[in-house]
This record gives sequence, C-alpha cells and structure tokens, in this order.
Amino acid sequence: MIYVFDGSLPGLLTAVFEWFERKPGFVSLKSMEIFQPEAFTEVMVIDTNAEKADRVWAGLQKKIKKTWLRNFYCSYLSEIPEAYQHLFQFTIYIFQNPVGAETNYGNEHVMALSKYAKSVEREKHRMEAFIRFQKTGDGMFYASIDPDFNVLPLINNHFKNRYADQQWIIYDLKRKYGLHYDLNTVEEIIIDFTTEANKKNPPTILMDEKEELYSLLWKDYFKSANIVARKNTKLHVKHVPKRYWKYLTEKQLG
Amino acid sequence: MSFDRIREKLNILADAAKYDVSCSSSGGTRKNNNKGLGDSHSSGICHTYTEDGRCVSLLKILLTNHCIYDCLFCVSRKSNDVKRAAFTVDEVVELTMNFYRRNYIEGLFLSSGIFKNADFTMERLLLVCKKLRLEQNYNGYIHLKTIPGASDELIKEAGLYADRMSINLEMPTEAGLKLLAPEKSHADVIKPLDFVQKNIAQFSADKKLIKHVPKFVPAGQSTQMVIGATPESDKDIMYTANTFYKNFSLKRVYYSGYVPISDDTRMPVLGTQPPLLRENRLYQTDWLMRFYGFKVQEILNDANPNLDIDIDPKLSWAIRNMQHFPVDINKADYKMILRIPGIGVMSAQKIVQARKFGKLRIDQLKKMGVAYNRAKHFITCVDTPYQIKDYQGTQIKAFILAESQSKYLKTDSNQLILF
Repeated sequence: MIYVFDGSLPGLLTAVFEWFERKPGFVSLKSMEIFQPEAFTEVMVIDTNAEKADRVWAGLQKKIKKTWLRNFYCSYLSEIPEAYQHLFQFTIYIFQNPVGAETNYGNEHVMALSKYAKSVEREKHRMEAFIRFQKTGDGMFYASIDPDFNVLPLINNHFKNRYADQQWIIYDLKRKYGLHYDLNTVEEIIIDFTTEANKKNPPTILMDEKEELYSLLWKDYFKSANIVARKNTKLHVKHVPKRYWKYLTEKQLG
Repeated sequence: MSFDRIREKLNILADAAKYDVSCSSSGGTRKNNNKGLGDSHSSGICHTYTEDGRCVSLLKILLTNHCIYDCLFCVSRKSNDVKRAAFTVDEVVELTMNFYRRNYIEGLFLSSGIFKNADFTMERLLLVCKKLRLEQNYNGYIHLKTIPGASDELIKEAGLYADRMSINLEMPTEAGLKLLAPEKSHADVIKPLDFVQKNIAQFSADKKLIKHVPKFVPAGQSTQMVIGATPESDKDIMYTANTFYKNFSLKRVYYSGYVPISDDTRMPVLGTQPPLLRENRLYQTDWLMRFYGFKVQEILNDANPNLDIDIDPKLSWAIRNMQHFPVDINKADYKMILRIPGIGVMSAQKIVQARKFGKLRIDQLKKMGVAYNRAKHFITCVDTPYQIKDYQGTQIKAFILAESQSKYLKTDSNQLILF
C-alpha cells in the first residue's frame, strides 16, 4: 500500500490519521513530487485536512517531550524522501506505545529522526555562523543562502532577536523565498530576480560606502588571526566545508 | 581616520592577540531586551575558522601592544623589535559594532599590553565596555582581560559589563614563570582571579534573595598556560589546571602549544614545531576530568607522569586498568559506561535510555554512534561473540593501533616489518 501526500507537514500528519482509521498494515509514504505509480501496489492519495492534522499534532504533543517535537519538525524540514517514511512510522510507533517511547534509541525510527534532526540542526547552526550580511545603500543588511535543508523557519528567531535594530533580508536562493525584518516583524518575501547577475550579490554600486572597508578589514583580520606554524588545512576544511566558502567574505579573493 | 592606518593597526593588534587561544563565546546570557544590537547564544557560535583550524568567534585584539614588561614568551615584550600601535576607544567600539552587524563575530575579546601602569590600562578597557553597553545598546559577547595589579574597584566595575574575564597563568609552574618572566608571579594572577570569583559568588547569592541583580561576569573566568616552552611534565600541567578549576570555579583552562617567537637560549629554538599532539592530549585529559568523571590522579600520577602520545588518555587508562573490563552494556551504570573507550557522552546517554526497552545488540550500538571497533575490546552485549582468549592490555593496544590511523602520523614509518 502506498500513501501519496502533498509534501506538507499537515499532509504528513493527515496520512497518520488516515492510517489509524484503516490500519492497513505496512504503508509506504511518498510525496507527490517523487511518486511513481507501481503496477501491483494499491495507492491512496491523502487529502490534506487541517482538522485531522491538528488532532494528530495535539496527540503527539501529549505523548512526546518538547525536544522530540522539535526533532520531529527538524526531520520534516530535511525534505529527505526517506525522512517522511520514518516520520510516518515514528508517529504510529509513538501512538501504539506508552509515554516515553521516544527514548528507545534501539528503535530504527527513533534513531533515524534523531539523526535527521542532528543534521538539520547542524545546518541551522552553520547558517547562524556563516551568513554574512552586506549593507546596501539604503541601510538594508542583505544575505543570500542555499542551505542543504529548509532551515529558514528555524533561524528566524535567532536573527530577529539578535539584529533587532537593523533591517535585514535573508534569502534562500534554492527554495526561492526569504525573510525580511522591518524593525518590527519578520515576513516571508519572494524576490523576482530579473537578471542572473543580481542573483549572487547586489551590485557594488548599491552598497553602503563603508561596506568595502569593513569587508576588507574582516579579510585582514582573518589573515592576521592565523598562526602559520600551526597550519592544518584538513581541520580547517572539516570545520568550514568548501560548499560554504561562497558565503564567507573572508574566503573571497582580493 | 584613514583607510590604510586603520588597516595597519588592525593587522598589528590582531596579530599580537592571536596567541591567546581562547575564542569561546559560550555562557553568555545577555538578552536583547532594549531593542539594541546583539543577543547571546548560550553555546556560542564559531563564525569562521582560521587556516590552522582554530575557531574565530570573537574579534580578538589588543588595545595596544606597547608594554612595560619584558616577558620572554610574549611577542609584545618590551625588548622585541616589532611595530607598535594603539587603538582609540572609539575605533574599537566602531569595529566591534560593524563586524557584529554583518554577522562576522559573536563579540569582542579585548586584551592589552600594559602601558603606563595597570590601572591606566584597565581604565581604557573598561571605557570600551561601557561605551558598547551604555551608548551603543550592544548585547553581544565581551571577553575582557583582567589586568593583574589593577585596583579592585576597576575590576569590579568591568565585571558588570563583561561576559567573561580571564587572566593567563602563562607557565604551568611558578618556577617556569620565574625563569622566563622574573617580574611576574602566579600570585599576581591568583589575587584578581580570586577577587572576581568571590564577586561572582556574591552576586549569585544575592540573586536568590533579590529579584533584580545586575549580571556579573555571567560566563565565568578562564585562564591559559603555555605548553612546551619550559620543561614541565604533563602531570605538573594538569595538576595545576585541576587546582585552578577547583579553587576558582574556572570555566576553562586553555593549553597553548608554544610557537617559537624568540631566539633566547632559555626557550625552544625558532622553527621548532609547536607541540600540537601533546596539546591535543592535554585537552583530552581536560575533557575527561570535566565531562567523564575521571580524577586527574587516575590519568596522571608518579608512575605515569606523561600522557601517551600514540593513544588517547581514555584508552590509555582502560588498558592500565583491565580489571574493570569487559563492561556489560546492558547492566553497568552510566558512570562506568562513560569510561569505555569508543563511547562518548551522547552514546552513553542513549545506551542507558534505550536499554530500558530491551537488551541492546551490536548493530544498535553502532547506529547510536559507538566507535565499535574500539569499544568491542571492553564491552559485552547480548550478541557479543564468545571469546576464549583473555587478551592483555598491551595486545588490545596493538589491535587498536593496527586498525586505526592517527591523524598526526602524516608520514608512514619506514621501518621494515619482519614478522
């Protein structure tokens, strides 16, 4: 049996609800995006229903600790197809067992969620670390990213609390949406990049006059802080994998 | 302020500050309630890493590298022929604010050479902190050096604005320090460390009784020792560290492998490789003391005054104490599980939680993140294969060394293998 859902979190939770209505045994859960019909397997398309999803979520809140609700949400944000399957089976496992079952690390779904959550949290932390704002001429601090997982919802609060006195935009180029903080609230935005050139960075003309100075000072600082006698490239790359270098002011030439 | 001059100053004063290895930004509790700039991240954030693999979390600079002292181990010593520079208070404030706004840093690490006298220097450092906190509404991290010899009033006031304060022991023993810096003594360091510690304790006691007590050095104190400049044993170093952790509730002791910067005959010659592996082993020992429940005397004692270089101290302890092993994963208490080589804090916690649901198997341990190839010599679980032989510690060491490649052994030995 295959359940096909729309890829949303309420969709996934609705699928759990439907499973308990019917108890059809093992079900594999696929998102619409990657679903390929198979010849001899029955398919049911899940009709996302907010009410059913809320009931499942409320049930989860009663059964598992807060940190595990977070693990659950993070695993969902990983957008990994296998993660959906584990989330689905994890939820069923939780409802079929007494409170506290989420600490059973011997269970494959518990362990899987714990791993997905770890990866997503790591990516979130990396974004908090590696995002570099550039100040534009109109006083906006801008950064674009393309993280491995959909971490914008997770980093929202961090940046809102920290940069409360400056306007900023963080834009996810891969998922084509961003966050804009206007000194009061954070809102999701979609920018229409008309030219390919604008995609990476706003043109220098649009930058604040001091932007170049500070990025230069930062690059200088990065060089000065290094102790040549201790050079350890392997460790350096382990901490800052090459795919993140494009974000980092200090890793740009010049 | 000209572009070039500020660049030159930053280069000189960042370069002089880099031998202070602490760059931690953890333990800050400051919240952005004044709609200002900055909000602490309790575990800290490393914003980048230098090419030597060290974390860059803070803008680490000296206010000035002019200094009245002549300590042999220090690049800024009076007699050293280096370019000198000094920031103004406003320059430091502006740099910090602008770096922070761009998410380059978690905060400021401010140290200084001693110019004129201790109080004059401490006053300038305090002024930077006050400007950041009071004028700029800055809630980011501040790590401030306590200047030994500064007056109690200044140190106490600084503690109200800084998140962490530190003073370096520099050499692990008094004798070592006297050799290289005759003007200094450990007592100069102990006095202010103790003064700040007593104030931290006082403020936290007040907090239990009074609702609004200002923060006082919320991220605690730390210190640093230079390793390998003088001939102390690992035992000397770690016993000193242990005493300071105990007496002054330090958050961290840092061990800094000496990078030769002087041609004085009392020190390792220029061009000597810094003792990176030794430094690594000392940090491992430090972790075992702080997070794994080991007493320093178990790891280092008169019979074993130095740490093994080829294996880590936890494995080394296990091999010397085979009477405790094998440990039954499904029965042993948490403290004992933590002592098994190949099992860390996270997997130990997972094990004790998971075994409530049923006895654990090898494949489950592997999934939990246990380094099984290492741990297998020291544990039993449900499906551990029956073993007739009872291996000696030295044999186990040979097995583990044979299948692991130390990250430090970059060139294979050219020794011929006979058997």
